[in-house]
Amino acid sequence: MRDVAIVGTAQRPSQVHTNLTSVELILPVIDEVVAKVGLDRSEIGFWCHGSCDYMSGQPFSFVAAVDAIGAWPPIVESHVEADGALALYEAWVKIQTGECDVAVVFSNGKTTSGPIDRILTLQTDPYVVAPLWPGFDALSALQARACLDAGVVTERAMAEVAARSLADAKNNAVAHVKGDHSVDDLLARPYTVAPLRAHDCGVPVDGANAVVLAAGDAARRLAKRPAWIKGFDHRIDTQRLGARSLTESNSARVAAERAGVGRDKVDVAELHAPYTHQELLLRSAMGLDGAKTRINPSGGALVANPAMAAGLARFAEAAEAIFGGGADRAVAHCTSGPCLQQNLVCVMEGE
Amino acid sequence: MSEADGILRVRQPISVQYRWSAGPNATSHLQGLIEGRLIGKRCPGCELVYFPPRNGVCPKCARILGADVEVGPRGTVTTFCIVNVPFLGQKVKIPYVAAQILLDNADISMQHLIQECEADEVRIGMRVEPVWKDRSEWGPTLESIAHFRPTGEPDVKLGAEAGAS
Repeated sequence: MRDVAIVGTAQRPSQVHTNLTSVELILPVIDEVVAKVGLDRSEIGFWCHGSCDYMSGQPFSFVAAVDAIGAWPPIVESHVEADGALALYEAWVKIQTGECDVAVVFSNGKTTSGPIDRILTLQTDPYVVAPLWPGFDALSALQARACLDAGVVTERAMAEVAARSLADAKNNAVAHVKGDHSVDDLLARPYTVAPLRAHDCGVPVDGANAVVLAAGDAARRLAKRPAWIKGFDHRIDTQRLGARSLTESNSARVAAERAGVGRDKVDVAELHAPYTHQELLLRSAMGLDGAKTRINPSGGALVANPAMAAGLARFAEAAEAIFGGGADRAVAHCTSGPCLQQNLVCVMEGE
Repeated sequence: MSEADGILRVRQPISVQYRWSAGPNATSHLQGLIEGRLIGKRCPGCELVYFPPRNGVCPKCARILGADVEVGPRGTVTTFCIVNVPFLGQKVKIPYVAAQILLDNADISMQHLIQECEADEVRIGMRVEPVWKDRSEWGPTLESIAHFRPTGEPDVKLGAEAGAS
């Protein structure tokens, strides 16, 4: 295996109902990350983009994103119809093949230009679930209810996740909601989709972000303290919601084991949990102890949830924790699909 | 729900509505079409003029487009095809010509119809001009122009014929 590291990141501050096109949204973060890392664009051997055409309502709209990266002279690029974290996984594999040493990964989501709750429902199986339009929040609420009934989580523990995330978000320039709230105050608020309250659900925002990956000597040249990728794994549970236990995340457990999360202490874990109960499920599945590991110091996806970019944001935050010396070993995670169906887990270390 | 031939059928129409934004850079172009003007955008890097201004970004330089530039209204046919095939929803009587037209002062061509001449008279290099619809029908779309027609000016040499490499 080649040594590959994240060497730079850029994120756009969250906003809602942006008037910018996706291309105009992406371009500044690409410029920022390239400038920050001090990259000569001719060094970039691969570009990989994550986004979702259903969110813009235009087939092949992702193709326009190539305008934002400047495809002259010709470049090598790819796209995943998924979160940018999955694009990062593809870029990591590309570098492993030896075809390139430096890759730029980026993602964007104009989450507020359509009814994201309905749009994400289209990820469910098209025969027996999607035609019912259950709504993404409602599916998550179904999972939360199952977890509460099974005693796996409590409403208080969920509110504690929200209170901690909102407080941590005060230090995060790209967060959309932030502030100090007592757990009792949060529990006194009404349900939006029972048993979920508004603060149990990630806030949909328009966002874009970019990350630079580099191998070996290139990584050492481009960053003072690269975030070396030590383990990486992606696992998927069945799409049939009735055929798996919703009160645990088997795919997250297996991915964390294969990525080697438990082999050493974890200083920081950035978990892509768009719902409070999902953070609790992920911590349990991945063996993360909140007393020993700082969970989502950025505030996580609860305080800014740009669909298709929120997972890559977790990778950016985990890498920044290593760049700054705040962590020696960090975990980044991305989920996809309803009720934690897919889970991508990455372990990064500083030298 | 209906049952016929022992097969259970469920009718479930689906729809999603979007708030679509053209973006600040394409807005002056679309506003121009409402007012009967042809407005493109110049790249501050390579200085090419884009009409239409794509997604507000120069794909060659990866830079946000800059100043508005009035283009046309006349232009030159760079390539074309004669449509002989009928299809559902066809609005124009066949045979008709769909052409790429390079408007004067613009650097990329746009597609539109050529009418008011026989289809077999259209040729690469032919000079054309827009025929606007009635003012009451103008909107933020190239359909504000009904079609293009020949101007009768001498043909223009393009590409290799004009000596470009």
